[in-house]
Amino acid sequence: MHESGCAAFAPFAESWKTQMRYVKPESYEAASAVLVAEQGIARILTGGTDVLVMLKAEVVEPDLMVDIKHLPGMRDIVSEDGGYRIGAAVSSAQLGEHAGVKAMWPGVVEGAELIGSTQVQNRATMVGNLCTASPAADSVPALVTANAIARVHGPDGARDVPVVDIPIGPGKTSLLKGEFITSTYLPARPDNAADAYLRFIPRTEMDIAVSSAAVSLELDASGSVTAAFVALGAVAPTVRLVPDAGAALIGTKLDAAAIAGLVAAAEAACSPITDKRGTIEFRTKTAGVLAKRAAHIAYSRAGGKT
Amino acid sequence: MALDHQAKRDFKVVGTRVARPDGIDKVTGKAAYGADITAPGMLFGRILRSPHAHARIKSIDVSEAAKAPGVKAVVTSADFATPDDEYYADIRDNCLAREKVLYDGHAVAAVAATSKAAAKAAIRLIKVDYEILPHVTDVDEAMKPDAPVVQEGRALENVPAGMSQNVTSHFEFGHGDLDAGFAKADKIIERTFKTAATHQGYIEPQACMASLGADGRGEVWCCTQGQYMVRANCAEVLGIEASQLRVISSEIGGGFGGKTTTFIEPVALALSRKSGKPVKIVMTREEVLRATGPTVSTSMDIKIGMTNEGRITAARGELRYQGGAFPCGTVEFGAQAAFAAYDLEAVQTLGWNVMTNRPKEIAYRAPGAPTSIYAVESVVDELCQELGLDPLDVRLMNAARKGTLSAYGPTFSEIGLVATLEAAKAHPHYNAPLGPNQGRGLSCGFWFNFGGNTCVSLNINDDGTIGVVEGNPDIGGSRASISMMAAEELGVPYDKVRTVIADTTSLGFNDVTDGSRVTFAVGLATIKAARAAIQEMCKRVAKIWGIDEDAVLWEDGFAKPSGPNAGTHPPMSLAEIAAIAGNTGGPIAGHHEVNADGAGVSFGVHLVDTEVDPETGATKILRYTIFQDAGKAVHPDYVEGQMQGGAVQGIGWALNEEYIYGEDGRLQNAGFLDYRIPVASDLPSIETVILEIPNPGHPYGVRGVGETPIVPPLAAISNAVSRAAGVRMTELPMSPPRLLKAMSA
Amino acid sequence: MKMIPVETTINGDRTEFLCNSDESLLDVLRDRLGLTGAKEGCGTGDCGACSVTLNGRLVCSCLVLGVEVDGAEVETIEGMADGETLHPLQRIFIEEAALQCGICTPGILIAAKSLLEKNPDPTDTEVRYWLAGNLCRCTGYDKIIKAVQKAAAEMRAA
Repeated sequence: MHESGCAAFAPFAESWKTQMRYVKPESYEAASAVLVAEQGIARILTGGTDVLVMLKAEVVEPDLMVDIKHLPGMRDIVSEDGGYRIGAAVSSAQLGEHAGVKAMWPGVVEGAELIGSTQVQNRATMVGNLCTASPAADSVPALVTANAIARVHGPDGARDVPVVDIPIGPGKTSLLKGEFITSTYLPARPDNAADAYLRFIPRTEMDIAVSSAAVSLELDASGSVTAAFVALGAVAPTVRLVPDAGAALIGTKLDAAAIAGLVAAAEAACSPITDKRGTIEFRTKTAGVLAKRAAHIAYSRAGGKT
Repeated sequence: MALDHQAKRDFKVVGTRVARPDGIDKVTGKAAYGADITAPGMLFGRILRSPHAHARIKSIDVSEAAKAPGVKAVVTSADFATPDDEYYADIRDNCLAREKVLYDGHAVAAVAATSKAAAKAAIRLIKVDYEILPHVTDVDEAMKPDAPVVQEGRALENVPAGMSQNVTSHFEFGHGDLDAGFAKADKIIERTFKTAATHQGYIEPQACMASLGADGRGEVWCCTQGQYMVRANCAEVLGIEASQLRVISSEIGGGFGGKTTTFIEPVALALSRKSGKPVKIVMTREEVLRATGPTVSTSMDIKIGMTNEGRITAARGELRYQGGAFPCGTVEFGAQAAFAAYDLEAVQTLGWNVMTNRPKEIAYRAPGAPTSIYAVESVVDELCQELGLDPLDVRLMNAARKGTLSAYGPTFSEIGLVATLEAAKAHPHYNAPLGPNQGRGLSCGFWFNFGGNTCVSLNINDDGTIGVVEGNPDIGGSRASISMMAAEELGVPYDKVRTVIADTTSLGFNDVTDGSRVTFAVGLATIKAARAAIQEMCKRVAKIWGIDEDAVLWEDGFAKPSGPNAGTHPPMSLAEIAAIAGNTGGPIAGHHEVNADGAGVSFGVHLVDTEVDPETGATKILRYTIFQDAGKAVHPDYVEGQMQGGAVQGIGWALNEEYIYGEDGRLQNAGFLDYRIPVASDLPSIETVILEIPNPGHPYGVRGVGETPIVPPLAAISNAVSRAAGVRMTELPMSPPRLLKAMSA
Repeated sequence: MKMIPVETTINGDRTEFLCNSDESLLDVLRDRLGLTGAKEGCGTGDCGACSVTLNGRLVCSCLVLGVEVDGAEVETIEGMADGETLHPLQRIFIEEAALQCGICTPGILIAAKSLLEKNPDPTDTEVRYWLAGNLCRCTGYDKIIKAVQKAAAEMRAA
C-alpha cells in the first residue's frame, strides 16, 4: 500500500520502513516543490483535526506530512480592500476572537466556530475544513454565500479560486498536485448586509451536521432584499449554492410567500443520502427549515424588521 | 443481617459528606488506571478482528506475522484451554474465535511485539481464510425459522420446537386470571415497542497488563469490576490454577456493568506465556464499541387493562431480547422487573432470548429493566392520557407496597415506591406551567439489587488507625462509604480509616462490583468485621480490668465498663488499646465472610419536562427531577451522583444512543462521534430528592442505589416527548428523524 | 527513518524527547514522558479526556503531533497544582463530589481552568458549552458545573 515510499529507505526494523516523513518547508515554493515531488501519499497539516483522526483510524497512511502553519501570513487576519484576508492556519477560535470579521461576516464565523469542541476549535481551520471536503463541512456554506475566494499556491505561483469551486465531491477538491490554499478572502460588505449559518445536529454540540444552511443578504434602505445567497450543506455530495432560493427573496421583506419560495427551492435542491446520521426526507425537510431560519436571522442582523 | 433495632439511630459519620480517599490522586492525574502501567521488557499486544458479521474460519496462517520484526508471540484460540463449563467456554470463544467468527469485530488472533508500530504491521500479515455466511442482526428476524443460525444446539429444552435455533431460552410467569382481568377493564391498550442496543460508554477503554510464566504463575493488572472474576475467567480459559494468578484491579474509569467480564486479559496472558514477557493490551474506542459487551436490543409487546378510575386490572408482557452471539439471560431480569412497581391481580410476563450476529451482551446498569419498564410505563401513561387521569395518581393507586405480591414472585417488605411518588406529587416541578410544544412525563423505576459473596478484613493498626481491606473495585465512591461505616461502628473519626481494595491473593472470593451491591454488602461485612474487632478489643480490656468480657461495652470509640457493678475503670480509647495490643495477645483485627442476603430493592420516580421543535423533531430537556429511595444514604453526595449519572445515561438511551448495523452486518458507528452520548450542553441541572425507607436487611438500612436511576428516564422522556409532540413514540432512541417522521405522519 | 528530536516546555520545565513523526502529543506524554494524567478515551478528539493546553490554548493532545510542540509550551494536569497546594478547581472538585470514577477529571480540570482564564464569570450555559467536548459518563455533569461555578466565584474573590 505504500511500497512507493519504501525503496528510498534501508530495510531497518519494522516501523522505519513505513514511517511518515514530517517536513516544515521554509517557503511557499519549497512547500509546493516537496508536494509535487512526492510519489507517495502526501497530506497537509494545518489544524490537524481531520488528518490526525484519519491517521488514527488508519484510513490514510501518509508517506509525507507537510506542516505549513508557520509560513508567512498563514496565521494572520488582515484587512484588505474593505474585506479580510484570513490566513489558512487561522484557527476557528482565533477567527471568533476577531471583532472585525465577526461583525462583518457573523455567519462565516458561526460556521467555523461550530466545528467540533472548544478543543477542536482552537486548532481547526476553515481551510482545512474546506479541503477535507466533507459534504457536511460547517465552514463551507457560509464561505460560499459570502462569495469567498481561496488563494491557492502551486508550482506555478498563486491563483484565486472561488471557494465554491474547491470541493468537487466527498473527500475531493479541485486542487492539483503541489497546490495548497494559503488564505481565504472575505469581500467587503455594503451597509445593511449580514449572513447567518445554522446546522441541524441531534445533540447540542459535537456532531457532524445532518443538514445545514447559510444565507447572506443585502438590503436596501427600506429593508427590501437586493442580494441573497443561499447555500445548503450535508444534502448533496458538495455544498450546494441554490440560486433559486436566493432569487425567491429578492425584492421582498421575507414575507410568507418569499419564505415559502425559499423553502421550496431549498428542498428541491437537495439530493442527500440516508445514512447513520439522517434520512433523505429528514435532511431535505430540515434543510428547508434551516434556510428559512437562517434567512430570518440574516435579515434581522442586516437591520431588516419583520 | 437485620436492621439495627435501635430507637432512631443518631449517625455521627454515616450521612455526612466527607472527602473521598482517592480524590487528590484523581484530580492531579496521579491515580493509576488500566492503561497507566508499564513494566520492564513489556510488549505491546494487538488483536486482529473479523471484518465479517458471520463467517467460518477455514484457516489462520500466522507464519508471516510470527516472523515479522519485533514480534515475540502470536496466538489464536488454539492457545487457549478447553473448559468443560459452557459459561467459560463461551467466554473463551468470545475472547478469541474458534471455528466461526460470530460478529463484526470478533477477535481472531493477536500478536505481541516490541512496539505499537511493530504490532500494527504484524497484524496485517496474519492471513485468515473466511467462508462468509449469511448473518442476522435484528431480534425479530433472528427468531424466524429460516433465519441464519448463529450457533447450533444452544437452545434450552423449554424452547418450543419449530423455532429458529437462535432462540435459546423461554420462560413464563405471573399470577391471577388474565382473561378475567382484561374483561374488567374499561380501556385496554396494546402496543409493540422496539429498542436499539446501547453501550455503557465508559470513558476508559479496557486495558490490562499480564504476565504469565511457563510455571503457570502470573499476574494481571487491569481495570475491572471484579478481580476475582478476572482470575476465574483467565484460569479457566488459560487452563491454569486460579490461585496461581494474582489479579490486581487498577482504578477504573467507568464500568456500569461493562467491565464485569473479560475480553483482553486472557489474550494478554496467552501472549505473555508464549513470549516470556509482560504484555500490555489497550483497546481503542472503536474496539470497545465493536467488540466489548453492549446491551440487548429488544422487541416487546405490552398489553394493559385499566378501569376508568385508573385501576390496572390485568397486564401482559411479551419480551424478545437479543443478547448477541451467545445465549444471554437478561430477558429474565427484564421480565421480572417489568411490572414490579405494581400491585396486580392478574399479570403474565413471558420472554425469549435470541442470538444474533452481534457482540456478546454484558450488563449495563439494571440489565434488562430499562427497556421492559420503558414499555410498561409508556402504556400506563397512554392509558392515563386516554382516560384523562393524572399519571401520578394512577401510579399511587396501583403502587406496590409492603405486603404486595410482586409480579415476579416475592412479597415486598418495606419499600419506598409510595414515598417517592408522594414526594414527586408534592414537588413544585409537578405543577409548574408548561409552554407550547412542551410536555411533562414521568416513570417509575426499579431494581432488585443484590448481595453476594463478600469478604472484608479490618485491622486495628498499632497507631490507632483502621485499615479496611475489601475486594470490590470502587466505581462510584464506595471506599468513602465503607470507611464511613467502619468509622461509625468503631466510633472513630472518618479520617482514621483507610479502605483499600485487595488483589485476589489477599482475601477470599468476592463477587464483582455490580448489582448495586457494594455499599450494601461490603458495608454490611465491614460492619460485622468492625463488630468482631470491637469484641476482641473488649475482650482485651476485660482482661486488663480483670472483669468479664460482657461487662465491657463499646461506645464512641471507647471501651467502657458496662455498669457500676463492673467497677470503676477509666474508658480506654481504641488508640490506647491498639498501642498495647502486643502485650495483650497480639495485633487486633476483625473479619467477615458472607454471601450477603437481604439486599433491599430501590424504587425511583423521574419527572421530566421536554420541548420538541415541531419543524425538526429535536428534543430539549428543560427540567429533570429524580426521586429515589436509598434506604439510608451513607454519603449523600455519592447517592446524588448515582442518581444524576444514571439518569443522564437513560437520557442518552432515550434520545440518541443506538447501535447502527448496516446491511452487511457491520457496526456503522463505532466511535464517540456517531455513538452519541449526552454532552454537558445537552442537559439542564438535575435535581435530586433522596428518600430513606430503611432496608430491613442492612444494619443501617442501606439500599443499593446505583442501577435504578437508569430505568425511569426512557419512559419518562418518551412520555414527555409523546405529550409535547402529540404523537406516541414506541421506538428508541427517539432521534429527531424518527420523531419528525412520526409528527409528520 | 530515525526519530525526531523535539524541544519543548512542559509544565514550566524544559523537556526534550525523541518521537516518531506519527505519534500524537498524547502518545508522547503517556508513553515517553511518564505523564499519564492525560487519558486516551477515543483517540479522535471526541471525548476531551486528553485535554492539555498548548501555548495557552485548550486542545486535545490526541489531535496534535508530538513533533508539533517543538518550541511550544504545554501544560498538563500534572502542572495544575502548586506543589502540595491544589488549584481551587482541584480542591473544589473533591469537596463538591464533581468526580466519580475520575477518568474524565484531568481533561475537565484543564478545560475548566482554561475557561476561567478567558472568562472568569461564565454563565452555566457558557460553562456547559465550553465543556461540551469533555465527555463524562458517571456524573451527568451536574456537580461538575456547580464545582466550576464555585471555584470561579472563589477565584474572582481572591
